[in-house]
Amino acid sequence: MRAPGDGSWGRRALVAVPFAWLGVFFLVPFLIVAAISFAQLRIGAPPYEPLLDWSTGGLPKFNGTFDNFAQLFQDDLYVGAYLQSLKIAGLSTLMCLLVGYPMALAIARARPERRGTMLMLVILPFWTSFLIRVYAWMGILADQGLLNSFLRWLGVIDHPLVILNTDIAVYIGIVYSYLPYMILPLYAVLERQDLSLLEAAADLGARPWRAFLSVTLPLSLPGVAAGSALVFIPAVGEYVIPDLLGGGDTNMLGKALWDVFATSRDWPTASALAIALLAALVLPLALIQKLQRRLEAAGEES
Amino acid sequence: MTVRLLVRLALAAVVTFAAASARAEEKVVNVYNWSDYIAKDTLEKFTRETGITVKYDTYGENEILDAKLMTGKSGYDVVFPSASPFFARQVKAGLYQPLDLAKIPNAKGVDKAVMDSLAKVDQGGVHALPYMMAATGIGYNVDAVAKAMPGAPVDSWRMLFDPAVVSKLKSCGVTLLDTPVEVIPAMLAYLGRDPTVQTTAELDVAMKALAPLRPDYRYLHSEKYRSDLANGDICVAQGYVGDLVQARARAREAAGHKQNIAIVIPKEGALVNIDVMAVPVDAPHPDAAMAFINFILRPDIIAEITNQTGYANAVPAALAYGDPAIRSDPAIYPPPDVKAKLFSALPPATPTFDRTRTRAWSRFRADRF
Repeated sequence: MRAPGDGSWGRRALVAVPFAWLGVFFLVPFLIVAAISFAQLRIGAPPYEPLLDWSTGGLPKFNGTFDNFAQLFQDDLYVGAYLQSLKIAGLSTLMCLLVGYPMALAIARARPERRGTMLMLVILPFWTSFLIRVYAWMGILADQGLLNSFLRWLGVIDHPLVILNTDIAVYIGIVYSYLPYMILPLYAVLERQDLSLLEAAADLGARPWRAFLSVTLPLSLPGVAAGSALVFIPAVGEYVIPDLLGGGDTNMLGKALWDVFATSRDWPTASALAIALLAALVLPLALIQKLQRRLEAAGEES
Repeated sequence: MTVRLLVRLALAAVVTFAAASARAEEKVVNVYNWSDYIAKDTLEKFTRETGITVKYDTYGENEILDAKLMTGKSGYDVVFPSASPFFARQVKAGLYQPLDLAKIPNAKGVDKAVMDSLAKVDQGGVHALPYMMAATGIGYNVDAVAKAMPGAPVDSWRMLFDPAVVSKLKSCGVTLLDTPVEVIPAMLAYLGRDPTVQTTAELDVAMKALAPLRPDYRYLHSEKYRSDLANGDICVAQGYVGDLVQARARAREAAGHKQNIAIVIPKEGALVNIDVMAVPVDAPHPDAAMAFINFILRPDIIAEITNQTGYANAVPAALAYGDPAIRSDPAIYPPPDVKAKLFSALPPATPTFDRTRTRAWSRFRADRF
């Protein structure tokens, strides 16, 4: 089975680099956080008791506790934050998809010499600091802000619309900020599609709408999946947008983590929360992926 | 011969220059302060008088400083934490070195009463000297409040905590600071209880009184109120008096719709925040740090900072240099009857109490009671 040169040092070294990278920058920090999540809280630097007590001499005594995890489920605060984060991230992803798909399709079907400019326009906002763009939205959405002033000038409303400091503002902020992450992978997939497939569909009598649903859309699913993941995963843990645009009742996990970590300097509970989030988010995703791969393999065999 | 001499001379020059620059490198102090919290020329004057260069960084939240200190080797020589709960917790964790008062002669000019209240949180000995202080009070838009509720009790915490009042004012926007450290003592003062008690029983009393009011608050945030009050987007905000003073000034300057902002320290009593100057244990330039603190405490220097920031200082002799408008501002230098009711520098709570309080607060913020 082994291909020639499979065990060569060069090849091994090449494979080792990304694994070493993951080990140092993902696995080690993860293990540190995991260890802190079992430690006991104290006033001190660092603000937790060492996990292993060596003072007795001989074998160290385990000084950890499961309290940090137990108290996550003491009431519905964190479960609620988790569910609300999923909801906000999920709906934002859907909205990004609805807005981003037509844009990506338009760019992919545009004349090739125009595509560069259009892609440039999608990426352009990245040249301004993310924080400044979110602050700009505060100026637009405020009660006395641009939007309300404009609508009042038009005479559409006589009382300002309260948008800032509500969930609506959070959705606007997330969809606006993450839209390019949805458009780019979609464009990459759509641009490579073979247009003769659509001609074939038309020859077989499919109307454009039908051809889109049974040819373009199914073939672009990998792009939809990649774009959705790129939007959904960072949106779940988003902290800045809900903090600046959301009201207090926007109960997202990023904010809950900040409260625990910074305000009460409770590193153990914050770590437990982070680990629980990872388990609750990554495990289902990994399982789905595995299932998908098995289905694909089964499909190929049959 | 001449060539060799030239080389020697050149070498000597290089060595001297290197030595001089090495010595100059030690004349540095790394300062980490709140943003917008110093007079324009303070640092320049310090460098001119002492020859010590200042590397100046700023932060916006106590929590940022706290996280940097907790991870160690921050590299800073002078930092400005709030006395309670941050400095109190940090000094208990052994993060600061005792100040060398022999090198800070100006420390003698600091108000005794302020030193006494700092002593409650300092772990025996002096690890900190007061920088600026401000009460937590209420800022309100005079015209908007008069319109929403004529005869509103503007001198009282009722503006924020009396359901009958808040329900009338909510239409123009009422906000609280987003920290239980400020809101719970204020609520206890409103309820006529001892605001300095930190027990779960008193916490419960305060949170029960707060819970039904949650939908009436536009938001809970510790910074947004400054610009929102100045722009007229909200009409009543709990806030740090120094920030409110800056918001009031900005509202006056605002082109177009000018807002008339007033600031009160409620008659039931309010918490005073003392931001202190402290030197981390691992500070690389402790001597320069002592010199810097001494310089700041000089009456004419700290008076300029007060004049420009709107925060009061704890050096009585500085009043002589004070801007009359600031000196006579009852929000910045409260009159004796108000001053008598102020309280400050609570000793650090236990970690378990902190944990319970933060959780209760997160639930309140998320309106999940």
